[in-house]
Amino acid sequence: MTNAELISQDPGWIIALKGVIIFAACVFLTIMSVWGERRIVARMQQRSGPNRVGKFGLLQALVDGVKLALKEDLIPKAADRIVFVLAPIISTTTCFMAFAVIPLTGEVNFFGYKTAMQLTDLSVGVLYVLAIASVGVYGIVLAGWSSGSTYPLLGGLRSSAQVISYEVAMGLSLVAVFIYSGSMSTSEIVAAQDRWWYAVVLFPSFIIYAISMVGETNRAPFDLAEAEGELVGGFHTEYSSLKFALFFLSEYVNIIAVSALATTLFLGGYRALPGLGFTEQWLGGWFTLVWFFVKVLAFFFVFVWLRGTLPRLRYDQFMKFGWKVLIPFSLAWIMIVSTLRVMSQRQSSTFLLVAFIFSVTFIYIGITSLMDRAKVKTDIASKITNNTEPDFPVPEIPNSRAEQLNG
Amino acid sequence: MADELMPRSDEFGLAKSDAAKAPITNHERSSLGKQLLGFWVTFKTMFKKVNTVQYPEVKEPTAERFHGRHQLNRHPDGLEKCIGCELCAWACPADAIYVEGADNKEGEQFSPGERYGKVYQINYLRCIFCGLCIEACPTRALTMTNEYELADDTRAKLIFEKDDLLGPLRAGMVPPPHPMYPNTDDGNYYRGEVTGSHPSQGIAKND
Repeated sequence: MTNAELISQDPGWIIALKGVIIFAACVFLTIMSVWGERRIVARMQQRSGPNRVGKFGLLQALVDGVKLALKEDLIPKAADRIVFVLAPIISTTTCFMAFAVIPLTGEVNFFGYKTAMQLTDLSVGVLYVLAIASVGVYGIVLAGWSSGSTYPLLGGLRSSAQVISYEVAMGLSLVAVFIYSGSMSTSEIVAAQDRWWYAVVLFPSFIIYAISMVGETNRAPFDLAEAEGELVGGFHTEYSSLKFALFFLSEYVNIIAVSALATTLFLGGYRALPGLGFTEQWLGGWFTLVWFFVKVLAFFFVFVWLRGTLPRLRYDQFMKFGWKVLIPFSLAWIMIVSTLRVMSQRQSSTFLLVAFIFSVTFIYIGITSLMDRAKVKTDIASKITNNTEPDFPVPEIPNSRAEQLNG
Repeated sequence: MADELMPRSDEFGLAKSDAAKAPITNHERSSLGKQLLGFWVTFKTMFKKVNTVQYPEVKEPTAERFHGRHQLNRHPDGLEKCIGCELCAWACPADAIYVEGADNKEGEQFSPGERYGKVYQINYLRCIFCGLCIEACPTRALTMTNEYELADDTRAKLIFEKDDLLGPLRAGMVPPPHPMYPNTDDGNYYRGEVTGSHPSQGIAKND
């Protein structure tokens, strides 16, 4: 039975219970991931990280949450009060909603009912996640705008531009998955990966998705929206107390959500690692939950690793990378994938297949060599223009330097 | 390319040899593999020994000449070294020291010579621990200890009085006020010729 059929038989109370469980799991995971991130980043910098509250500092995030809740809740005078309150609510609710379509387990025994840990199975599940993520941007934009202050506005604009541009690349990277699985339903995509994960089959798509999901969640090295050195706190500068806590929560739930989506689409979701398929039957199917979270946490580790390693990009570099590298590349990749797909469906001859792959390689080599030549030309051109006298007065160039440049 | 990245000083032929020793590498064309090396660095570091000192439980000794809390020293017989000259207060760039000198009187001798510091205050909210006061002190009365735990919860508590700053009485010292060592003047004290107290000065601390 597929997940969709299993879920369709759920009585109302199971649906409600599942919703509560997923919500609680998200909050718990957020708290633990804040702690985990701080510990891991600390280790990467040869520090030990929070280790005071509870064993290994495990309660640190919880205590921070309590502290945040007890703080004074300020609304600036210049702020638009309604939107100001609404913004964190939008951004939190939307990131939780993405989890509704993520299949956490296969078939399990849930209080005597055969069901799957998935709240609902839409036939356009992945589109729904993308749509929800886009609505989530409103939270950030409105927060920036309604604060009535300069830096939050700039941060909000930055992050909206960022999320919009990276969502294009993200959506394009998913197209290849849709083409191969023939479905947009999350559970069917997982089922379609029973032999090969799409992270292997569609490796370029996987890489593009992995990069754009970091951009999408405003995380380092793409955390331009809250670049402390430039924008103070970014869009949440004016927020305090519980409203700030909501933004904090939504950021981390978002990370978990995109990681969960990546797991579902590329790493075979709740299915066991290759060769360990027998474990899927353990604990009456509940062991698949472990596999799912192992994969999600692996993604989370990569998020933290990125943060610990890479410096923040400049805004123009970031935009250039999104629009001039990721999007054209994924467009080209989609063309290749769809051609290959059509070929294999029509059972074309091996000769045709090889010919296609060769022609693609030739075109790639041709384009890159042309680009290299153009680059050399512009380099030479820029050198020549550098040595000509400008038509405005400039201070004298020191002799030794001029001699060096002219050979 | 290399010309572009030469250090500025080289334009004037100032540090040609230095520049040759430390060439600036051009990172523009470094390969993807080289860029990914950074990930290996952070990953490797995770398994290194943590550098953190668990401070309140574990206290590592400071550097030998660490600038900590001040101390007002004593002569070997227990008399104070401070002569109330206020040079420390004048030297202080943060205006953290307040000194009031007074005359030593017969039967009320605190330091060898004519004068002693009657009031001596250091405001640790102002002090920047630069040590200029120590350099200024003509009698080595003022030195710094390695004590750095100087936090407190009120401003008043962080103005240290003379009592807080005076060094402890060691064995053989007599708590002032008491007369100077018999048949000596302040010169003998400064030359280090007084090495302990005399029974006529009072009852010495013994332990």
